[in-house]
Amino acid sequence: MALLEIKDLQTQFFTSAGTVKAVDGVSYTVEEGETVAVVGESGSGKSVTAMSIMRLIPWPPGKIVGGSIMFDGQDLLELTEDEMRSIRGRDIGMIFQEPMTSLNPVLTIGLQLTEPMIAHLNMSEEEAMAKAVKLLGMVGISEPERRLAQYPHHLSGGMRQRVVIAMALACDPKLIIADEPTTALDVTIQAQILELMKNLTRDLGVAMIIITHNLGVVARYADRVNVMYAGRIIESGLASDIYHRPRHPYTLALLKSVPRMDRQRTDKLDPVDGQPPDLTKLDGGCSFRPRCRFAKDHCAESFPVLEEIENGHTCACFEKENLAKEIKEVVG
Amino acid sequence: MNEVVTPMRNATNTGSSKGFDEVLVDVRNLKMYFPITEGVFIPKVVAQVKAVNDVSFKIFRGETLGIVGESGCGKTTTGRCILQLEKPTAGEIIYGGDDITKYNSKEMIEVRKKIQVIFQDPYSSLNPRMKVGEIIAEPMSVHKIITDPVERRKRVLYLLNVCGLASAFADRYPHEMSGGQRQRVGIARALAMNPEFIICDEAVSALDVSIQAQVINLLEDLRDEFNLTYMFISHDLSVVRHICHRVAVMYLGNLVELADGDELFDNPMHPYTRLLLNAVPIPDPDVEKQRAHEIIQGEIPSPINPPSGCVFHPRCPAAVDGCNKNIPKLREVKPGHWVACSEV
Repeated sequence: MALLEIKDLQTQFFTSAGTVKAVDGVSYTVEEGETVAVVGESGSGKSVTAMSIMRLIPWPPGKIVGGSIMFDGQDLLELTEDEMRSIRGRDIGMIFQEPMTSLNPVLTIGLQLTEPMIAHLNMSEEEAMAKAVKLLGMVGISEPERRLAQYPHHLSGGMRQRVVIAMALACDPKLIIADEPTTALDVTIQAQILELMKNLTRDLGVAMIIITHNLGVVARYADRVNVMYAGRIIESGLASDIYHRPRHPYTLALLKSVPRMDRQRTDKLDPVDGQPPDLTKLDGGCSFRPRCRFAKDHCAESFPVLEEIENGHTCACFEKENLAKEIKEVVG
Repeated sequence: MNEVVTPMRNATNTGSSKGFDEVLVDVRNLKMYFPITEGVFIPKVVAQVKAVNDVSFKIFRGETLGIVGESGCGKTTTGRCILQLEKPTAGEIIYGGDDITKYNSKEMIEVRKKIQVIFQDPYSSLNPRMKVGEIIAEPMSVHKIITDPVERRKRVLYLLNVCGLASAFADRYPHEMSGGQRQRVGIARALAMNPEFIICDEAVSALDVSIQAQVINLLEDLRDEFNLTYMFISHDLSVVRHICHRVAVMYLGNLVELADGDELFDNPMHPYTRLLLNAVPIPDPDVEKQRAHEIIQGEIPSPINPPSGCVFHPRCPAAVDGCNKNIPKLREVKPGHWVACSEV
């Protein structure tokens, strides 16, 4: 059984401008110990999916209106707020993008790091402090004892993100959700943090969902990839399937939009025209249709469902069989 | 004179830039130190942040020069000095044969017509209370380029069109537009003056991948159409490789390597450049599996009290005994390939 199984998740925001279907029927699984990436552009619903798993969607205006999230044998959507609180930060750790805002500026590192252990694991303050020292050492922070007494503003951005990772690991979680964990960091610090996360999750056997817009980060670290567009997963599979044998026109467009550092300057980028759709004004058809260069008339009739093309590689496109050859030519 | 000066004194120094031989901007020994003061009534300078420390390079007409580096390396400050938004501590910036650091604000007005800037954040660089048409028309009326409002309006619509926006956007406000559309407005505003030189400071960094690619293509098309020269400041090395003819790498206020784009990315020589390129993930799982992931240790030291000798030596895997004492000079190792490292 998978560690996490999301089925037909629907999260909507009820705003004065209309109902925003931020997540519209998302399903995916995470096995124990594996790293799954969710990629997509702003507004594709990747972060809202993560917040839904943690049940952190603010009401009003947001609400999970349908679906199920099975984690370790129980449906998170059926739990009471108290039961959910005992899972957050304990069985599921979370790493956010902004290490500046996800730490409390007026509390010491030590207090913030020991709080989850005291609350969830009934540790005494001394035990928690001893474990905090160990955790800081594990994430590569020098002089951990001295750091415990310091405040977040004493640390650099990379150091703060290391503290956030230590906090996520504090209660030996089974799953860590990392939402753009390195987007705010410089590229050399990004490499340090990602390498650290990869080694820790492998050594400790923790599963990870990494949410990012950076296709390079995904290529370097993820086992499986889910590509999201306008609130839905439109393609899913092993990283090598997604990068070398993409079948959805949007995945193809994304890959053709990213400049690659290992390519000569003369290579032209080939982005899709237009912009992502307004999520309050979706019609029944394929939401990528207006920007799709392969769109046919029947694409407007209904939304294509995710169907398996080959072992574990799924794609939501009516034309996926016909496009196999054409896309192969473009990918080269 | 130390050798760092030679690159600018020697006319052939960056000659490998194919087809570009007319020097447009010549930055010579630029230094920008920001004082740190203590005391409220009688401020006393207690230290200096050496944001840019003796940097020299040339920009040729028609080329795109990339300036890359991490936060705090001085790339943006260098751009601001060229725009004369900062008064450099020392050094010369030769533009059109004159040292513009000596210009007063009145003389600068003429230069500013030719140099424009595109900023990173399309949300804060457009006035939210002005319509898009007014934003683009403002520089033309300020500099009295086009005084007739009807003609000005015509040019606004033309510029919107050139940047891929419908004419209807002229009467909208920035908040009605997406990030990519706003950045196009920023580009249209920069083009309004018919500039010859545009400084793009992280111009595409805030945009989503597919929108970023659209804007990159637009910048390239405009460069060809209007014969523009860009100084492209960015931390995103993949974008820089894609758009720049030549690339300069900065670290802690110093220029450490300068070469033709393809040469720099295929054959980096400075240890910092090598590690920096190694840190950039390539969107291809097979390529990534084969790359050796060499991680640069530690963090960037404070520019208030930079390391002695070569500023990179505390983090450098190739450092030897002398590196903490001798300041390496930028020297030409191959035609057009300049490196500031004694061990290369």
